[in-house]
Amino acid sequence: MPDRISLQVLRYRPEQEAEPTVQEFEVPCHKDWVVLDGLNYIKDRLDGSLTYRWSCRMGICGSCGMTVNGEPKLTCATFLSEYAPGPVQVAPLRNFPIIRDLVIEMGDFMRKLPEVKPWIIRKEEKPLAEGEYLQTPEQLDDYKQFSMCINCMLCYAACPVVGLDSHFLGPAAIALAQRYNLDSRDQGAAERLEVLSQHEGIWGCTFVGECTKVCPKNVDPAGAIQRYKLKATIEWLKSFFMPRGAR
Amino acid sequence: MTPSHDVVLVGGGGAGLRAAIAIGETNPRLRVAVVSKVYPMRSHTVSAEGGAAAVIRPDDSLDEHAYDTISGGDWLCDQDAVEAFVKESPEEMLRLEHWGCPWSREPDGRIAVRPFGGMKRMRTWFAADKTGFHMLHTLFQTSLKYTSVQRYDEWFVTKLLVADGRVQGVVAIELMSGKIETIAAKAVILCTGGCGRVFPFTTNANIKNGDGMALAYQAGAPLKDMEFVQYHPTGLPFTGILITEAARSEGGYLINKDGYRYLQDYNLGKPEPKPVFRSMELGPRDRLSQAFIKEHEKGRTIETPYGAVVHLDLRHLGEKLINAKIPFVRELCLKYQNIDPVRELIPVRPVVHYMMGGVHTDINGATPLAGLYAAGEVACVSMNGANRLGSNSLPELLVFGARAGRAAAEFASRQPEFNPAILAQAEDERRRLERAFLQNTGGRERIVTIRDEMQKTMEESAGIYRSGDSLMRAVEKLRELQNRFRSVALDDHSRTYNTELTSAVELGFMLDVAESIVHSALRREESRGAHQRTDFPARDDQRYLTHSLAYRNLDGSCRIEYVPVTITRWPPAERVYGK
Amino acid sequence: MNQQPNYTEHHPRWYRTRVSTYWWLEKPAYFLFILRELSSVFVAWFVVFLLMLVAAVTGGAESYRQFLAWAARPGVVALNVVSLLFVLLHTITWFNLAPQAMAVRFRGKRVPGIWIAGSNYAAWVIVSGVVLWLIVQ
Repeated sequence: MPDRISLQVLRYRPEQEAEPTVQEFEVPCHKDWVVLDGLNYIKDRLDGSLTYRWSCRMGICGSCGMTVNGEPKLTCATFLSEYAPGPVQVAPLRNFPIIRDLVIEMGDFMRKLPEVKPWIIRKEEKPLAEGEYLQTPEQLDDYKQFSMCINCMLCYAACPVVGLDSHFLGPAAIALAQRYNLDSRDQGAAERLEVLSQHEGIWGCTFVGECTKVCPKNVDPAGAIQRYKLKATIEWLKSFFMPRGAR
Repeated sequence: MTPSHDVVLVGGGGAGLRAAIAIGETNPRLRVAVVSKVYPMRSHTVSAEGGAAAVIRPDDSLDEHAYDTISGGDWLCDQDAVEAFVKESPEEMLRLEHWGCPWSREPDGRIAVRPFGGMKRMRTWFAADKTGFHMLHTLFQTSLKYTSVQRYDEWFVTKLLVADGRVQGVVAIELMSGKIETIAAKAVILCTGGCGRVFPFTTNANIKNGDGMALAYQAGAPLKDMEFVQYHPTGLPFTGILITEAARSEGGYLINKDGYRYLQDYNLGKPEPKPVFRSMELGPRDRLSQAFIKEHEKGRTIETPYGAVVHLDLRHLGEKLINAKIPFVRELCLKYQNIDPVRELIPVRPVVHYMMGGVHTDINGATPLAGLYAAGEVACVSMNGANRLGSNSLPELLVFGARAGRAAAEFASRQPEFNPAILAQAEDERRRLERAFLQNTGGRERIVTIRDEMQKTMEESAGIYRSGDSLMRAVEKLRELQNRFRSVALDDHSRTYNTELTSAVELGFMLDVAESIVHSALRREESRGAHQRTDFPARDDQRYLTHSLAYRNLDGSCRIEYVPVTITRWPPAERVYGK
Repeated sequence: MNQQPNYTEHHPRWYRTRVSTYWWLEKPAYFLFILRELSSVFVAWFVVFLLMLVAAVTGGAESYRQFLAWAARPGVVALNVVSLLFVLLHTITWFNLAPQAMAVRFRGKRVPGIWIAGSNYAAWVIVSGVVLWLIVQ
């Protein structure tokens, strides 16, 4: 393994330039170092103006998603040595506007989140005094996988539909809706169906499947969407063939 | 137009979101703002792993939870705060269950609980070993329901605005635009978490710079019990990634280089094959971290390029249990250490994890400064005393987040609109930020140099064991660093998303917090809980059954005062483990 | 400062990368996806072909013979071979997708994905076998 590696970082300085450029830096290539350590080395020692987000450095806060050699990655969980002898290209996540350098604008996702009503909806609340809603480990297992999303946005960067249609709700938001739909404590599936079954909801997805491949937490958003399509179709058929009362 | 709110929350983690929801529930007409330097779901609550304690089983009792907490805190806890905490924790945790938190379950569908360090009963609720992550996301998603809550995502607060003796707003930088704005408020709740980054080796995220502690301290509110810094006994070397206590509560062993369960030599009980409450690996964190240092002095640890380690042995637990109960431990070890705990030993060493101390508050989160509240790790209520028990901090967020929210809402509803005097202060602050950082091109110091020296000083002088000499050296060194910080120079003078500017302000915060830690530690001439003085090795209830309060004088120096500990039903006694 | 005229202080200027017309050539997965979208055309062609066959059969022996002769022309055979490949791609995608779209439980445990996909393939083989048997008979 070489002891140094070159990082080719996409820079965008909105106050000075109209377009992004690539800047090359040399950083140490220790075996324990991840791409984020390389970026921190640059910021601390070489150029304090390099701009990116990071926080927990243990793959759970979801801040440090970037494009590494063309693939969306959490940079805290991507080792430099995997790319030896280099160079390693680091760019912001695709399909998002760039605010500066490696920082993307994700306000659009934050506005879409509440649309799918990602909270427990009940016809009637159970009083706290009556204790917990019982939920067996099997019932927990039904939605657990979809509750693991850290909102890192890698799936939005990998999905070509997100890039082509800005109205598409996107993989993580739909998976989160499905997380609540499948929760045995929730009774809000019908309310969510309205948003999800429109064109920009589940039917926007054409099953490229890349969202599931890049997900660092094995959430399988593609699966969530396909399951939802099946359910929406069955609901539609029911409404078509059955009189109102029988639904 | 200056944006104005009834209650402004600084920080959008567990405590902040719980407070926001509490206000929304108490009085939906109040305009609440959550100002956070990161998107709320990035907050550090997300990293908490092992669990959250609340009495739920019939064989358990509130008094036992209170006793475990008080003895765990070496009798420095305010017992009225502890009693309120243990009483309200179960209902808060249930509320979170009703909001959808995916708690792990028993086969019959009831909430499952696990043992935890320093706890006499099974009372730690868990969502596998991503408890904090699930709690934070549940709170965040639930908060989206409350339209009275306005979020300022990625706004960085640099100053509290005080007029007429009460806090009336904050100055904040909108990161995306670089605008420096005033946000007026009738009450402010600090929920910014801890300050682990004051030390070089910590489980804390990059954002944990003691922002809220420094904001309060600079505004004249005292910081309480800052000398009590918790080292968690099991962090991965180099990264400092936490290996949860749940690994031990599920049956993991701590062994030295000879494969010997060394905790038996440190008055923590006898080794048994299965975990025993309040014994051996389930002892409190302060005692386990101290045992590591002693073991190291005896030459029985293992040397690595990143310092001495001992081993955490999970191999006997088997793949099935590890995957079911502590899957994140396995994921972290595989991903970051290239080790599979199913077959291999995990190298671990003590790592700075939590601040028992914080902004001095009463039982409702109110600080002595009118209009200012605090909850969560940033606050010191004080229910953790000299050493916090694992799994008490997550329910603390809920109980005292809700309490602070309700108290601040009540206070805010009685206040008039803000005094325009704060706008002049805000203008001064804007000018300070411009002159000291953005327009300052003549400085010589780099942020990283000062930060590294501060962190090294803190580790060497205010670590697991301290002495009067080491702390005196730290006091001097920190003064020097404060002076050098005045001529810090930035590479980045632009407006848009200037993270070097925020790092500089954070460094200023950390230096103040570091000073409060070493001054409080220097003045406490005894050993208690996480504060161990080699020159004063015994606990001294005669002189120090008191909380230290660190005040910032006008010239920037630190002044220490004391207030007594509230004792209700549990008079000070010896801390006994393993018997 | 050497500022661009269109940056105004405190007004963020986002850079939006345009999606390239050839984005689907960037990754094998994207290319495969476009092929799969295209496959619908060929699926439709098979339907048309089948309808033409039915029309020819109902039109009597002569029209059936003409249809067979036309169908045997190299161009039509080539088109049908390509269509078959596309339909296979389509089918395999759907079978592999099945376990993601359905969560089947048996005695409380999630049935592993491979079983669900496997049962699809098994059904495919059986149906094909039956069809083959009918033709051979």
